[in-house]
Amino acid sequence: MADTKEMKKALFGPILDNNPIALQVLGICSALAITTKLETALVMSLALTAVVAFSNLFISLIRNQIPSSVRIIIQMTIIASLVIVVDQILKAYSYEISKQLSVFVGLIITNCIVMGRAEAYAMKSPPLMSFLDGIGNGLGYSFILIVIGTIKELFGFGTILGFEILPLIQNGGWYQGNGLLILPFSSFFLIGGMIWFIRTIRPAQVEPKE
Amino acid sequence: MSAKKESLGKTVGIVVAVCLVCSIVVSGAAVGLRSLQQTNAALDKKSNILTAAGLYEQGMSNSAIESTFEGQIAERFVDLETGQFVDAPSANYDMYKAAKVDDLSIKVEGSNVGFQRRAKVASVYLVSNDAGEVTRVILPVHGSGLWDLMYGFLALDADGATVRELIYYQQKETPGLGGEVQNPAWQAKWDGKKLFEGSDVAFRVVKNANPSNPYTIDALSGATLTSNGVENTILYWVGEQGFGPFLKTQAWRS
Repeated sequence: MADTKEMKKALFGPILDNNPIALQVLGICSALAITTKLETALVMSLALTAVVAFSNLFISLIRNQIPSSVRIIIQMTIIASLVIVVDQILKAYSYEISKQLSVFVGLIITNCIVMGRAEAYAMKSPPLMSFLDGIGNGLGYSFILIVIGTIKELFGFGTILGFEILPLIQNGGWYQGNGLLILPFSSFFLIGGMIWFIRTIRPAQVEPKE
Repeated sequence: MSAKKESLGKTVGIVVAVCLVCSIVVSGAAVGLRSLQQTNAALDKKSNILTAAGLYEQGMSNSAIESTFEGQIAERFVDLETGQFVDAPSANYDMYKAAKVDDLSIKVEGSNVGFQRRAKVASVYLVSNDAGEVTRVILPVHGSGLWDLMYGFLALDADGATVRELIYYQQKETPGLGGEVQNPAWQAKWDGKKLFEGSDVAFRVVKNANPSNPYTIDALSGATLTSNGVENTILYWVGEQGFGPFLKTQAWRS
Protein backbone atom coordinates (compact mmCIF):
# COMPACT_ATOMS: atom_id res chain seq x y z
CA MET A 1 0.00 0.00 0.00
CA ALA A 2 1.41 3.33 -1.01
CA ASP A 3 1.94 5.85 1.76
CA THR A 4 0.10 9.14 1.90
CA LYS A 5 3.08 11.17 0.76
CA GLU A 6 3.26 9.27 -2.49
CA MET A 7 -0.50 9.56 -2.95
CA LYS A 8 -0.32 13.30 -2.49
CA LYS A 9 2.43 13.46 -5.05
CA ALA A 10 0.37 11.51 -7.57
CA LEU A 11 -2.64 13.70 -6.93
CA PHE A 12 -1.17 17.20 -6.76
CA GLY A 13 2.16 16.83 -8.53
CA PRO A 14 0.69 17.21 -12.01
CA ILE A 15 -0.86 20.58 -11.20
CA LEU A 16 2.35 22.63 -11.14
CA ASP A 17 5.40 20.38 -10.89
CA ASN A 18 4.56 17.97 -13.68
CA ASN A 19 1.71 19.59 -15.54
CA PRO A 20 0.62 17.53 -18.54
CA ILE A 21 0.05 20.60 -20.70
CA ALA A 22 2.74 22.96 -19.47
CA LEU A 23 5.63 20.53 -18.92
CA GLN A 24 4.83 17.54 -21.08
CA VAL A 25 3.00 19.67 -23.67
CA LEU A 26 0.32 17.02 -24.22
CA GLY A 27 -3.36 17.49 -24.99
CA ILE A 28 -2.87 20.91 -26.55
CA CYS A 29 -5.47 20.54 -29.31
CA SER A 30 -8.52 20.44 -27.08
CA ALA A 31 -7.02 23.09 -24.82
CA LEU A 32 -6.94 25.38 -27.83
CA ALA A 33 -10.40 24.71 -29.12
CA ILE A 34 -12.84 24.65 -26.25
CA THR A 35 -11.53 27.33 -23.91
CA THR A 36 -13.46 30.19 -25.50
CA LYS A 37 -15.99 30.04 -22.69
CA LEU A 38 -15.24 29.07 -19.12
CA GLU A 39 -18.30 26.85 -18.85
CA THR A 40 -17.28 24.57 -21.69
CA ALA A 41 -13.73 24.50 -20.33
CA LEU A 42 -15.07 23.35 -16.96
CA VAL A 43 -17.19 20.59 -18.43
CA MET A 44 -14.37 19.47 -20.70
CA SER A 45 -12.04 19.36 -17.66
CA LEU A 46 -14.52 17.23 -15.75
CA ALA A 47 -15.02 14.90 -18.68
CA LEU A 48 -11.31 14.47 -19.27
CA THR A 49 -10.55 13.97 -15.57
CA ALA A 50 -13.20 11.27 -15.34
CA VAL A 51 -11.88 9.53 -18.44
CA VAL A 52 -8.20 9.61 -17.39
CA ALA A 53 -8.99 8.49 -13.84
CA PHE A 54 -11.16 5.55 -14.86
CA SER A 55 -9.06 4.47 -17.82
CA ASN A 56 -6.04 4.44 -15.51
CA LEU A 57 -8.00 2.45 -12.94
CA PHE A 58 -9.31 -0.19 -15.34
CA ILE A 59 -6.06 -0.56 -17.23
CA SER A 60 -4.16 -0.89 -13.99
CA LEU A 61 -6.62 -3.54 -12.77
CA ILE A 62 -5.94 -5.77 -15.75
CA ARG A 63 -2.34 -4.66 -16.35
CA ASN A 64 -0.95 -8.08 -15.49
CA GLN A 65 -3.28 -9.75 -17.98
CA ILE A 66 -2.76 -7.43 -20.94
CA PRO A 67 -0.53 -9.09 -23.53
CA SER A 68 2.10 -6.54 -24.49
CA SER A 69 1.69 -7.16 -28.22
CA VAL A 70 -1.84 -5.74 -28.21
CA ARG A 71 -1.65 -3.45 -25.19
CA ILE A 72 -2.15 -0.18 -27.10
CA ILE A 73 -5.28 -1.53 -28.75
CA ILE A 74 -6.68 -2.70 -25.44
CA GLN A 75 -5.95 0.68 -23.88
CA MET A 76 -7.67 2.41 -26.79
CA THR A 77 -10.71 0.15 -26.49
CA ILE A 78 -11.11 0.96 -22.83
CA ILE A 79 -10.52 4.68 -23.35
CA ALA A 80 -12.89 4.86 -26.32
CA SER A 81 -15.65 3.09 -24.38
CA LEU A 82 -15.26 5.48 -21.46
CA VAL A 83 -15.39 8.48 -23.77
CA ILE A 84 -18.58 7.24 -25.40
CA VAL A 85 -20.16 6.73 -21.99
CA VAL A 86 -19.16 10.27 -20.94
CA ASP A 87 -20.54 11.65 -24.19
CA GLN A 88 -23.86 9.84 -23.69
CA ILE A 89 -24.12 11.09 -20.11
CA LEU A 90 -23.46 14.66 -21.21
CA LYS A 91 -26.12 14.41 -23.90
CA ALA A 92 -28.61 13.12 -21.37
CA TYR A 93 -27.95 15.48 -18.49
CA SER A 94 -26.33 18.55 -19.96
CA TYR A 95 -27.69 18.91 -23.46
CA GLU A 96 -26.80 22.56 -24.02
CA ILE A 97 -23.16 22.06 -23.15
CA SER A 98 -22.86 18.85 -25.09
CA LYS A 99 -24.05 20.81 -28.13
CA GLN A 100 -21.26 23.33 -27.63
CA LEU A 101 -18.57 20.75 -27.00
CA SER A 102 -19.85 18.72 -29.95
CA VAL A 103 -16.98 16.83 -31.47
CA PHE A 104 -14.44 17.62 -28.78
CA VAL A 105 -15.81 15.15 -26.28
CA GLY A 106 -15.28 12.43 -28.86
CA LEU A 107 -11.79 13.73 -29.40
CA ILE A 108 -10.85 12.97 -25.79
CA ILE A 109 -10.05 9.55 -27.24
CA THR A 110 -7.14 11.06 -29.10
CA ASN A 111 -6.06 13.26 -26.20
CA CYS A 112 -2.46 12.34 -25.59
CA ILE A 113 -2.78 12.78 -21.84
CA VAL A 114 -5.11 9.79 -21.55
CA MET A 115 -2.98 7.47 -23.67
CA GLY A 116 0.19 8.83 -22.13
CA ARG A 117 -0.85 8.14 -18.56
CA ALA A 118 -2.24 4.72 -19.41
CA GLU A 119 0.96 3.66 -21.12
CA ALA A 120 3.46 5.40 -18.84
CA TYR A 121 1.86 4.93 -15.45
CA ALA A 122 -1.16 2.66 -15.23
CA MET A 123 0.59 -0.24 -16.99
CA LYS A 124 3.05 -0.56 -14.12
CA SER A 125 1.29 0.81 -11.03
CA PRO A 126 -1.37 -0.55 -8.68
CA PRO A 127 -5.01 0.49 -9.25
CA LEU A 128 -5.43 3.02 -6.43
CA MET A 129 -2.28 4.93 -7.32
CA SER A 130 -3.19 4.87 -11.00
CA PHE A 131 -6.64 6.24 -10.22
CA LEU A 132 -5.11 9.08 -8.18
CA ASP A 133 -2.57 9.73 -10.90
CA GLY A 134 -5.44 10.01 -13.38
CA ILE A 135 -7.28 12.49 -11.19
CA GLY A 136 -4.07 14.41 -10.65
CA ASN A 137 -3.35 14.72 -14.35
CA GLY A 138 -6.97 15.65 -14.97
CA LEU A 139 -6.57 18.41 -12.38
CA GLY A 140 -3.40 19.61 -14.07
CA TYR A 141 -5.23 19.79 -17.40
CA SER A 142 -8.22 21.46 -15.74
CA PHE A 143 -5.98 24.04 -14.07
CA ILE A 144 -4.62 25.25 -17.42
CA LEU A 145 -8.04 25.10 -19.11
CA ILE A 146 -9.74 27.06 -16.36
CA VAL A 147 -7.10 29.79 -16.32
CA ILE A 148 -7.18 30.13 -20.10
CA GLY A 149 -10.96 29.87 -20.27
CA THR A 150 -11.27 32.63 -17.68
CA ILE A 151 -8.86 34.94 -19.49
CA LYS A 152 -10.45 34.33 -22.88
CA GLU A 153 -14.03 34.70 -21.76
CA LEU A 154 -13.34 37.75 -19.60
CA PHE A 155 -11.39 39.71 -22.20
CA GLY A 156 -13.06 38.26 -25.28
CA PHE A 157 -16.72 38.46 -24.27
CA GLY A 158 -16.55 40.56 -21.07
CA THR A 159 -18.27 37.83 -19.09
CA ILE A 160 -17.37 35.04 -16.69
CA LEU A 161 -19.61 31.97 -16.77
CA GLY A 162 -22.08 34.12 -18.69
CA PHE A 163 -22.26 36.87 -16.04
CA GLU A 164 -21.37 40.28 -17.40
CA ILE A 165 -18.20 41.69 -15.82
CA LEU A 166 -17.04 44.12 -18.49
CA PRO A 167 -20.11 45.47 -20.36
CA LEU A 168 -19.51 45.26 -24.11
CA ILE A 169 -19.99 48.20 -26.45
CA GLN A 170 -22.40 46.06 -28.53
CA ASN A 171 -24.63 45.79 -25.48
CA GLY A 172 -24.34 49.44 -24.53
CA GLY A 173 -21.29 49.24 -22.26
CA TRP A 174 -17.75 50.56 -22.61
CA TYR A 175 -15.62 47.47 -23.21
CA GLN A 176 -14.49 46.53 -26.71
CA GLY A 177 -14.20 42.73 -26.74
CA ASN A 178 -10.81 41.43 -27.84
CA GLY A 179 -11.59 39.59 -31.07
CA LEU A 180 -8.29 37.72 -31.06
CA LEU A 181 -9.04 36.04 -27.77
CA ILE A 182 -12.31 34.64 -29.10
CA LEU A 183 -10.48 32.65 -31.75
CA PRO A 184 -9.08 29.24 -30.82
CA PHE A 185 -5.46 29.93 -31.72
CA SER A 186 -5.09 32.73 -29.17
CA SER A 187 -4.68 29.91 -26.65
CA PHE A 188 -1.23 29.35 -28.15
CA PHE A 189 -0.09 32.68 -26.74
CA LEU A 190 -1.81 32.08 -23.42
CA ILE A 191 -0.47 28.55 -22.99
CA GLY A 192 2.97 29.82 -23.98
CA GLY A 193 2.65 32.55 -21.37
CA MET A 194 1.64 30.02 -18.73
CA ILE A 195 4.54 27.74 -19.55
CA TRP A 196 6.85 30.73 -19.18
CA PHE A 197 5.22 31.64 -15.87
CA ILE A 198 5.39 28.12 -14.45
CA ARG A 199 9.01 27.69 -15.49
CA THR A 200 9.90 31.00 -13.90
CA ILE A 201 8.59 29.92 -10.51
CA ARG A 202 9.81 26.32 -11.01
CA PRO A 203 13.20 26.78 -12.71
CA ALA A 204 13.87 23.04 -12.47
CA GLN A 205 11.48 22.55 -15.44
CA VAL A 206 13.64 24.59 -17.80
CA GLU A 207 15.32 22.29 -20.29
CA PRO A 208 19.14 22.42 -20.28
CA LYS A 209 20.69 24.33 -23.14
CA GLU A 210 21.90 22.11 -25.91
CA MET B 1 6.21 -8.65 -19.67
CA SER B 2 6.86 -12.34 -19.16
CA ALA B 3 6.84 -14.75 -22.07
CA LYS B 4 3.79 -16.70 -20.98
CA LYS B 5 1.56 -13.66 -21.54
CA GLU B 6 2.20 -13.90 -25.22
CA SER B 7 0.54 -17.20 -26.07
CA LEU B 8 -1.89 -16.77 -28.96
CA GLY B 9 -4.85 -18.26 -27.13
CA LYS B 10 -4.45 -15.96 -24.18
CA THR B 11 -3.99 -12.87 -26.31
CA VAL B 12 -7.17 -13.59 -28.27
CA GLY B 13 -9.02 -14.45 -25.06
CA ILE B 14 -8.08 -11.17 -23.39
CA VAL B 15 -8.95 -9.12 -26.46
CA VAL B 16 -12.35 -10.79 -26.78
CA ALA B 17 -13.07 -10.37 -23.08
CA VAL B 18 -12.13 -6.67 -23.07
CA CYS B 19 -14.18 -6.00 -26.19
CA LEU B 20 -17.16 -7.83 -24.76
CA VAL B 21 -17.12 -5.90 -21.50
CA CYS B 22 -16.60 -2.58 -23.27
CA SER B 23 -19.39 -3.17 -25.75
CA ILE B 24 -21.79 -4.10 -22.96
CA VAL B 25 -20.91 -0.92 -21.09
CA VAL B 26 -21.25 1.27 -24.17
CA SER B 27 -24.50 -0.18 -25.39
CA GLY B 28 -25.85 -0.17 -21.83
CA ALA B 29 -25.15 3.55 -21.56
CA ALA B 30 -26.57 4.29 -25.00
CA VAL B 31 -29.79 2.37 -24.46
CA GLY B 32 -30.25 3.40 -20.85
CA LEU B 33 -29.90 7.11 -21.56
CA ARG B 34 -31.66 7.26 -24.92
CA SER B 35 -35.06 8.34 -23.68
CA LEU B 36 -33.52 11.16 -21.63
CA GLN B 37 -31.52 12.33 -24.63
CA GLN B 38 -34.53 12.35 -26.91
CA THR B 39 -36.52 14.31 -24.35
CA ASN B 40 -33.68 16.82 -24.19
CA ALA B 41 -33.47 17.23 -27.93
CA ALA B 42 -37.24 17.64 -28.25
CA LEU B 43 -37.29 20.11 -25.37
CA ASP B 44 -34.48 22.12 -26.92
CA LYS B 45 -36.42 22.40 -30.17
CA LYS B 46 -39.60 23.38 -28.34
CA SER B 47 -37.86 26.08 -26.34
CA ASN B 48 -36.44 27.52 -29.58
CA ILE B 49 -39.90 27.57 -31.12
CA LEU B 50 -41.27 29.24 -28.00
CA THR B 51 -38.52 31.85 -28.28
CA ALA B 52 -39.57 32.51 -31.88
CA ALA B 53 -43.17 32.68 -30.71
CA GLY B 54 -42.21 35.30 -28.14
CA LEU B 55 -43.50 33.06 -25.38
CA TYR B 56 -40.20 31.94 -23.87
CA GLU B 57 -39.19 33.33 -20.52
CA GLN B 58 -35.74 33.03 -19.01
CA GLY B 59 -35.45 30.07 -16.67
CA MET B 60 -38.66 28.37 -17.77
CA SER B 61 -38.98 24.91 -16.26
CA ASN B 62 -39.22 21.86 -18.50
CA SER B 63 -42.86 21.27 -17.65
CA ALA B 64 -43.69 24.94 -18.30
CA ILE B 65 -42.10 24.65 -21.73
CA GLU B 66 -44.14 21.53 -22.45
CA SER B 67 -47.44 22.98 -21.28
CA THR B 68 -47.02 26.34 -23.04
CA PHE B 69 -46.05 24.53 -26.21
CA GLU B 70 -49.01 22.16 -25.99
CA GLY B 71 -51.41 24.99 -25.20
CA GLN B 72 -50.48 27.59 -27.77
CA ILE B 73 -48.48 26.04 -30.58
CA ALA B 74 -49.64 23.61 -33.22
CA GLU B 75 -47.40 21.93 -35.75
CA ARG B 76 -48.94 21.77 -39.23
CA PHE B 77 -47.61 20.54 -42.55
CA VAL B 78 -47.58 22.56 -45.75
CA ASP B 79 -47.19 21.42 -49.33
CA LEU B 80 -44.75 24.10 -50.44
CA GLU B 81 -45.86 24.02 -54.07
CA THR B 82 -49.54 24.71 -53.45
CA GLY B 83 -49.17 26.48 -50.14
CA GLN B 84 -51.99 24.41 -48.66
CA PHE B 85 -52.02 22.40 -45.48
CA VAL B 86 -51.67 18.65 -45.90
CA ASP B 87 -51.67 15.75 -43.48
CA ALA B 88 -48.41 14.69 -41.94
CA PRO B 89 -46.67 12.50 -44.54
CA SER B 90 -45.62 10.10 -41.79
CA ALA B 91 -45.50 9.88 -38.03
CA ASN B 92 -42.60 11.89 -36.62
CA TYR B 93 -42.08 13.55 -40.02
CA ASP B 94 -38.81 15.46 -40.22
CA MET B 95 -38.47 17.83 -43.18
CA TYR B 96 -34.67 17.80 -42.95
CA LYS B 97 -34.58 14.02 -43.21
CA ALA B 98 -37.16 14.06 -45.99
CA ALA B 99 -34.92 16.43 -47.98
CA LYS B 100 -32.49 13.55 -48.37
CA VAL B 101 -35.10 11.21 -49.88
CA ASP B 102 -35.59 11.67 -53.63
CA ASP B 103 -39.35 10.98 -53.65
CA LEU B 104 -40.05 13.43 -50.86
CA SER B 105 -37.91 16.31 -52.07
CA ILE B 106 -37.13 18.51 -55.05
CA LYS B 107 -33.89 19.98 -56.33
CA VAL B 108 -33.10 23.56 -55.43
CA GLU B 109 -32.45 25.66 -58.52
CA GLY B 110 -31.54 29.26 -59.12
CA SER B 111 -30.62 30.08 -55.57
CA ASN B 112 -27.36 30.14 -53.66
CA VAL B 113 -29.06 29.26 -50.41
CA GLY B 114 -26.48 26.54 -49.92
CA PHE B 115 -28.25 23.17 -50.00
CA GLN B 116 -29.14 20.88 -52.88
CA ARG B 117 -32.60 19.53 -52.08
CA ARG B 118 -35.54 20.57 -49.98
CA ALA B 119 -38.52 18.58 -48.76
CA LYS B 120 -41.81 18.95 -50.66
CA VAL B 121 -43.71 19.16 -47.42
CA ALA B 122 -42.49 21.48 -44.68
CA SER B 123 -43.45 21.85 -41.04
CA VAL B 124 -44.82 25.14 -39.82
CA TYR B 125 -45.80 26.11 -36.31
CA LEU B 126 -48.91 28.17 -35.69
CA VAL B 127 -49.09 30.21 -32.49
CA SER B 128 -52.60 30.83 -31.23
CA ASN B 129 -53.89 33.09 -28.49
CA ASP B 130 -56.47 32.02 -25.91
CA ALA B 131 -59.31 32.83 -28.31
CA GLY B 132 -57.89 30.37 -30.81
CA GLU B 133 -56.81 32.99 -33.36
CA VAL B 134 -53.48 32.49 -35.05
CA THR B 135 -51.15 35.27 -33.88
CA ARG B 136 -47.87 34.15 -35.33
CA VAL B 137 -46.67 31.78 -38.02
CA ILE B 138 -43.28 30.19 -37.43
CA LEU B 139 -41.39 28.94 -40.45
CA PRO B 140 -38.32 26.72 -40.18
CA VAL B 141 -35.55 28.16 -42.36
CA HIS B 142 -32.01 27.09 -43.10
CA GLY B 143 -29.23 28.09 -45.42
CA SER B 144 -25.48 28.21 -45.49
CA GLY B 145 -23.51 30.79 -43.57
CA LEU B 146 -19.76 31.11 -43.82
CA TRP B 147 -18.83 27.69 -42.45
CA ASP B 148 -21.89 25.51 -42.44
CA LEU B 149 -25.66 25.45 -42.71
CA MET B 150 -27.44 27.65 -40.20
CA TYR B 151 -30.82 26.44 -38.93
CA GLY B 152 -33.40 28.82 -37.53
CA PHE B 153 -37.02 29.77 -37.09
CA LEU B 154 -38.55 32.82 -38.74
CA ALA B 155 -41.61 34.06 -36.90
CA LEU B 156 -44.10 36.18 -38.85
CA ASP B 157 -47.23 38.02 -37.80
CA ALA B 158 -50.57 36.61 -38.82
CA ASP B 159 -50.45 38.93 -41.87
CA GLY B 160 -47.70 36.69 -43.26
CA ALA B 161 -45.48 39.64 -44.14
CA THR B 162 -44.21 41.23 -40.94
CA VAL B 163 -41.23 39.66 -39.21
CA ARG B 164 -41.33 39.23 -35.46
CA GLU B 165 -38.27 37.11 -34.74
CA LEU B 166 -35.46 35.29 -36.49
CA ILE B 167 -34.00 32.73 -34.10
CA TYR B 168 -31.00 30.69 -35.15
CA TYR B 169 -30.68 27.59 -33.04
CA GLN B 170 -27.92 25.76 -34.82
CA GLN B 171 -24.96 27.45 -36.50
CA LYS B 172 -21.22 27.12 -36.60
CA GLU B 173 -20.28 30.69 -37.50
CA THR B 174 -17.20 32.40 -36.04
CA PRO B 175 -17.91 33.37 -32.42
CA GLY B 176 -18.06 37.14 -32.00
CA LEU B 177 -18.45 37.78 -35.74
CA GLY B 178 -20.93 35.58 -37.65
CA GLY B 179 -21.89 33.96 -34.35
CA GLU B 180 -23.60 37.24 -33.52
CA VAL B 181 -26.63 35.96 -35.47
CA GLN B 182 -27.59 34.65 -32.05
CA ASN B 183 -26.97 37.97 -30.27
CA PRO B 184 -30.28 39.14 -28.77
CA ALA B 185 -29.44 42.74 -29.68
CA TRP B 186 -29.27 41.83 -33.38
CA GLN B 187 -32.27 39.51 -33.16
CA ALA B 188 -34.30 42.38 -31.72
CA LYS B 189 -33.68 44.41 -34.89
CA TRP B 190 -35.85 41.98 -36.87
CA ASP B 191 -39.00 42.89 -35.02
CA GLY B 192 -41.38 44.72 -37.37
CA LYS B 193 -39.45 44.25 -40.62
CA LYS B 194 -41.54 43.81 -43.78
CA LEU B 195 -40.77 41.11 -46.30
CA PHE B 196 -42.90 42.01 -49.31
CA GLU B 197 -43.45 45.13 -51.37
CA GLY B 198 -46.55 44.38 -53.39
CA SER B 199 -46.12 40.70 -54.15
CA ASP B 200 -42.33 40.82 -54.55
CA VAL B 201 -39.85 39.91 -51.88
CA ALA B 202 -38.21 43.21 -51.10
CA PHE B 203 -36.13 42.35 -48.10
CA ARG B 204 -32.36 42.95 -47.98
CA VAL B 205 -29.52 42.65 -45.48
CA VAL B 206 -27.35 45.76 -45.98
CA LYS B 207 -24.49 47.53 -44.25
CA ASN B 208 -25.44 50.48 -42.08
CA ALA B 209 -29.14 49.94 -42.73
CA ASN B 210 -31.44 52.76 -41.73
CA PRO B 211 -33.32 51.35 -38.72
CA SER B 212 -36.53 53.07 -39.84
CA ASN B 213 -36.53 51.36 -43.26
CA PRO B 214 -38.71 48.28 -42.80
CA TYR B 215 -37.25 46.47 -45.82
CA THR B 216 -33.62 46.37 -44.71
CA ILE B 217 -31.75 45.03 -41.72
CA ASP B 218 -28.25 45.91 -40.60
CA ALA B 219 -25.62 43.37 -41.66
CA LEU B 220 -23.37 41.94 -38.97
CA SER B 221 -20.12 43.86 -38.87
CA GLY B 222 -17.10 41.73 -39.77
CA ALA B 223 -19.32 38.95 -41.05
CA THR B 224 -20.21 39.75 -44.65
CA LEU B 225 -20.50 36.14 -45.73
CA THR B 226 -22.72 35.21 -42.79
CA SER B 227 -24.90 38.24 -43.53
CA ASN B 228 -25.13 37.22 -47.19
CA GLY B 229 -26.09 33.74 -46.00
CA VAL B 230 -28.88 35.17 -43.85
CA GLU B 231 -30.16 37.20 -46.80
CA ASN B 232 -30.07 34.19 -49.16
CA THR B 233 -31.84 32.08 -46.57
CA ILE B 234 -34.65 34.59 -46.10
CA LEU B 235 -35.02 35.29 -49.83
CA TYR B 236 -35.21 31.59 -50.61
CA TRP B 237 -37.63 30.60 -47.89
CA VAL B 238 -40.13 33.43 -48.26
CA GLY B 239 -39.76 33.32 -52.06
CA GLU B 240 -41.66 31.29 -54.63
CA GLN B 241 -39.57 28.17 -54.09
CA GLY B 242 -40.04 28.29 -50.34
CA PHE B 243 -43.00 29.39 -48.30
CA GLY B 244 -44.06 32.06 -50.83
CA PRO B 245 -47.24 30.23 -51.97
CA PHE B 246 -48.13 29.44 -48.37
CA LEU B 247 -47.72 33.08 -47.34
CA LYS B 248 -49.94 34.16 -50.26
CA THR B 249 -52.76 31.71 -49.66
CA GLN B 250 -52.56 32.41 -45.93
CA ALA B 251 -53.94 28.96 -45.29
CA TRP B 252 -53.83 29.51 -41.54
CA ARG B 253 -56.74 31.95 -41.73
CA SER B 254 -59.33 29.37 -42.70
